[in-house]
Amino acid sequence: MDEQAFTTRVTGDDRIEPRDEMPDGYRRTLVRQIAQHAHSEIIGMQPEGNWITRAPSLRRKAILVAKVQDEAGHGLYLYSAAETLGADRDELLDLLHAGRQKYSTIFNYPATSWADVAAIGWLVDGAAIVNQVPLTRCSYGPYARAMVRICKEESFHQRQGFEAMSVLAAGSPAQRRMAQEALDRWWWPALMMFGPSDVDSPNSAQSMAWGIKRFSNDELRQRFVDATVPQAEFLGLTMPDPDLRRDEETGHYRTGQIDWSEFAAVMKGDGPCNRERLARRVAAHDDGAWVREAAAAYAAKHVVAHEVAA
Amino acid sequence: MTQQPQRLSSGSPLWEVFVRSRRGLSHTHAGSLHAPDAHMALRNARDLYTRRQEGVSIWVVRAGDVVASSPDEKDAFFDPAGDKPYRHPTFYEVPDEVQHL
Repeated sequence: MDEQAFTTRVTGDDRIEPRDEMPDGYRRTLVRQIAQHAHSEIIGMQPEGNWITRAPSLRRKAILVAKVQDEAGHGLYLYSAAETLGADRDELLDLLHAGRQKYSTIFNYPATSWADVAAIGWLVDGAAIVNQVPLTRCSYGPYARAMVRICKEESFHQRQGFEAMSVLAAGSPAQRRMAQEALDRWWWPALMMFGPSDVDSPNSAQSMAWGIKRFSNDELRQRFVDATVPQAEFLGLTMPDPDLRRDEETGHYRTGQIDWSEFAAVMKGDGPCNRERLARRVAAHDDGAWVREAAAAYAAKHVVAHEVAA
Repeated sequence: MTQQPQRLSSGSPLWEVFVRSRRGLSHTHAGSLHAPDAHMALRNARDLYTRRQEGVSIWVVRAGDVVASSPDEKDAFFDPAGDKPYRHPTFYEVPDEVQHL
C-alpha cells in the first residue's frame, strides 16, 4: 500500500469505500473512532433514559422517548459503519463491556434534575453537532453517510433541549434556579467534549492528513462557545465562568482555564457515574440474551420448516 | 466478481436495507443491520431507517447474497465504456438553424 498515494487521494477529496485498499493505520484509527462514537451513543441513552418515567408532561415524555430512541439508532448506524471495515459488532461490544474501548466522558456525569435533561439536549447535543457536522465530509464514505443521518436528527435533540431550558428559565424562581444549576453542572463538561487542546492531542495531525478530522479540537470548541454564549444570554442565565469575556478585536468569546485534571480523572474511570453506566450496559446486554436466543431459535426452526416444505 | 463474506454477529446475519423514499422513486441503499430472519430484518429496518417517514417501501437483502464488482479490477471492468463518446448526444454537431433535435 502506497501511503503517499493514499494521502494524496484523500486530500483530493476522493472518498474511500469499504473494499478499497487502505493503510492499516487508517483502518485501525477509524474502527477505534467509530466504535467509540457508537458506544457513546448507546451509553448516552442512560442519563436521559432515567427521566422518561418522570418527565413533567406527556408532551415532554413523548419527545424524550423519541430522542432516546434516536440515540439507539445512531449507535446502530455507527456499528454498521464499523463493520464495513471488518470489525465484528459483538467483539466491539465485548471491548466496551470489558472497559477496553472508551465512550465520551460526558456520559459519566449524572442527570440530577429535570433541568439536566434540558441542559443535555441544549449543550451536549449542541456540542455533538459542532463535532459531527465536519465528519459528514470525512474521507471514509460509510462513516460520512452515517453522520449525515445523525446530524439531521441531532438538530431536533438540541432544539427540544433549548426549548425545555427556556420554559424553565422563564418560569418560577425555583425553576429558574434549576435551569441555572443545570447550566453550572454541564457547561464545563460540555467544553471538554471536544477533547484536549491541540498541543496535547497526539493523533490529531495524522487524522487531519487522512481526512478523518477537518478541524482542530480548539477550533471546534471555539465555534461551540461562540454559538452558545449568546444563547445563554437570551435565556437570562449566567455562564459559570468568571473569566468569560468577548474579545472585541476578533469577536470571539474567550473562556477561562478548562480543568483538564477533571477530564483525565473521568477518562481514567473516576467520574461520578463511570461504574454505574458500564454496569447498567452490561446488565442490559445480559438481560437481553434470552431475547436474542429466542429470535435465533425461531429463525432456525423456520429455516428447517421451510426446507422440509420445499 | 466476488461474493461478499457472510458476516455473523450473535448468530444474526447482516442485512442490507434499501428504502423507497416516495412513490415514483427507486429504492436506495440506506444502510445495514443485523436480524435473525427476514421478517425481523424488515421490522428493524422500519424502526432504524424510517422513524421520520423516510420511506414508503423497504427491501432487505442478506449482505452475503450481494455480488459486487471488485474495486481492484475497477479500471479494467469499466474501461470498455471509456472510448465511446459517440454514445452521448453531445458528441454530435447540430447546425444552429436546426431545431428540435
